[in-house]
Amino acid sequence: MRIMRGAPGAKVLAFGGYQPAGVVTNDDLAKTIDTNDEWIQSRVGIKERRVAGPEETDIDIAVQAGGKALAASGLSASEIDLVIVATCTLEAQIPNAAARVAHRLGIQAPGAFDVNAACAGFCYALAAAGDAVRAGSATNVLVVGTEKLSQWVDWTDRATCVIFADGAGAAVVGPSETPGIGPVVWGSAGDKSDAIIVKDRDSFLHQEGQTVFRWATTALHPVAREACERAGVDPAELAAFVPHQANLRIIEAIARKLGADKAVIAKDIVLAGNTSAASIPLALSRMIERGEVESGGLALLLGFGAGLTYAGQVVEIP
Amino acid sequence: MALTEQEILAGLGKIINEITGIPASEVTPEKSFVDDLDIDSLSMVEIAVAAQDEFGVEIPDDQLKHLKTVKDVVNFIQN
Repeated sequence: MRIMRGAPGAKVLAFGGYQPAGVVTNDDLAKTIDTNDEWIQSRVGIKERRVAGPEETDIDIAVQAGGKALAASGLSASEIDLVIVATCTLEAQIPNAAARVAHRLGIQAPGAFDVNAACAGFCYALAAAGDAVRAGSATNVLVVGTEKLSQWVDWTDRATCVIFADGAGAAVVGPSETPGIGPVVWGSAGDKSDAIIVKDRDSFLHQEGQTVFRWATTALHPVAREACERAGVDPAELAAFVPHQANLRIIEAIARKLGADKAVIAKDIVLAGNTSAASIPLALSRMIERGEVESGGLALLLGFGAGLTYAGQVVEIP
Repeated sequence: MALTEQEILAGLGKIINEITGIPASEVTPEKSFVDDLDIDSLSMVEIAVAAQDEFGVEIPDDQLKHLKTVKDVVNFIQN
């Protein structure tokens, strides 16, 4: 038996992001539930979020983000041979999202699978994509994080409906002579599986806010540091820190403890809400579009969420 | 050696000041975190984590929700 030899390294060729058109402000929510703009902004840092209408599916928004990343990469659909979709909020679990997204984008017969690591899903999928390119099992990979959380949220539950939102983000990963995607640090804490949960198919998303906040503000900065160490990068060298956009106070706490003094800290949550597996590529694609980060700089990505699961890696900004 | 109430109060005052900006002098035993000091549930978690580092006493989330006043936290740490 032989083994394949892949590329010496893998890198992200392009990012892309997409948000549905429907804006829901804090004042909109305050009309139907007992909450207000000040409460939401001080607790979670969100000003507004986007919600897809009934005509726009989780697959539709994934296709939008994937199409943007593919166009920005300069590759044609025929050059993609693996599609990985990270999601935990599909309306129906069968068939998977990846094959449908690939078909809609005109990508012919690629390997296609979904990853469910909730809000950490994009970093898991990106690690799998980079490893596949280096192992020779794929040449170019489309990675998409897509979530339609609005269909799993109880819109009368003020503890969750103010936080979660819809969106998609994507990356195209291809071969490279030098490392462009650093070693992943990933793990889980299944003893806290009840902390973020949809109990059954008739239930809505439930979150133990204090448990998640305590875990996120105490357990994750060591993961962030280890991802830097494994890549041989000092946190002070980072051009950007893009954690999952869970809660502005969590983002700021991890950033403070990480010591990424020169890094632009992603705060996309303010206008996007928490979009789970979509949040990291969505945030970074917008930072690139706005010119906040330069090509060639290093960004630390850090996903964390239900499971509980987490994963982080350093990437070179395309 | 067990800490005195005054020592714990002083430590809590410093922690609460660092996390919320509330002057340590306002952190007195009878004060309610929510009603008097306007400290929200997430800041309470940060205070509990910092108190664990300072005093070596873990305050789990299921206990934290029962600690309504500064005095409740002092008693929890002492006992």
